[in-house]
Amino acid sequence: MSTTFWIILAGAVATYLTRVGGHLVISRFETIHPRVEAGLNAVPAAVLTTLVAPELLHAGPTEWAALVVTALVSLRGGLMAMFLAGAAVLILARQFVG
Amino acid sequence: MVAEAISEGRAGGDFWAGVRLSMPVVVASAPFALLFGTIAVDNGFSVLEAFLMSAMIYGGASQMVGIELFGQHVAPWLVVLSIFAVNFRHVLYSAGIGRRIAHWPVLQQAVGYFILTDPQYAIAEARAESGRPVGFVWYLGLGLPVYVFWVIESGLGAVFGKLIPNTHALGIDFLLPIYFLGLVLGFRKRPLWAPVVAASAAASIIAYRTVGSPWHVSIGAVAGVLLAVILPPHHSGVGKRP
Repeated sequence: MSTTFWIILAGAVATYLTRVGGHLVISRFETIHPRVEAGLNAVPAAVLTTLVAPELLHAGPTEWAALVVTALVSLRGGLMAMFLAGAAVLILARQFVG
Repeated sequence: MVAEAISEGRAGGDFWAGVRLSMPVVVASAPFALLFGTIAVDNGFSVLEAFLMSAMIYGGASQMVGIELFGQHVAPWLVVLSIFAVNFRHVLYSAGIGRRIAHWPVLQQAVGYFILTDPQYAIAEARAESGRPVGFVWYLGLGLPVYVFWVIESGLGAVFGKLIPNTHALGIDFLLPIYFLGLVLGFRKRPLWAPVVAASAAASIIAYRTVGSPWHVSIGAVAGVLLAVILPPHHSGVGKRP
């Protein structure tokens, strides 16, 4: 077996541990403290934000326009509408602005 | 018999309801799968290895980082550690979604955790929050198309190399941020949403500038979660439940 294969295998095991690990730790406790529960409820917004925020550092007018439209559509539409609207604005604007 | 047929029909409906929700994810991740395959071969992976990496790790950002370091001939253990670091955020997803799927049979849970990606978590969590059950069939309908397309497209990218002519004009580099912003906004009715988002955004940007990628993800996430933990429970709406 090549080194590459072992890297992939070890990477896969490490990744699976992160995906199952949080549950294994939490499930050891019979009751979940309200503060821990509050923390868990904050997870989606907290993590997903970190995948967007640093992108703002090198976002130009095109990217900002796409994000603003995405946010506006979110007030009314569902996830699909949001995504398509944002992507459409981005791709259209890039044809002209570059 | 009748009850069985009904429950089967409902299970089928659940599956397709999940598939429908998976479509934006399939669209948004396709360019990245192709790009990953291309870069993987560029950096010395064989087509089979690129395919295997997507099939076994199934985490886009971590695969990109792994490939990049591999191409720079970094020590193997460091490549693995970096993959672990990029994927570390899943620990939080795992703890969160575990509350929703703990009643599944163990084998189903094992599969469920394997396909626990960012959108998978966010969409399942949103469903749980709206009071609907997160069943295995629905969850699989949501996750399976994303997985299958991800693996196949990684292979295609590896085989056809520079398949994507002008990634910038197609906005490919920015499709995921748009998608993730949509997911963040979908949670805006949660208690503490605005302060958590603000804390995570600030911390991740500062960490991105100082410590660097990929640590900004974990640092930013921890900042937001800690804020929710530290603020008194009556702000977070937790203690009110019967």
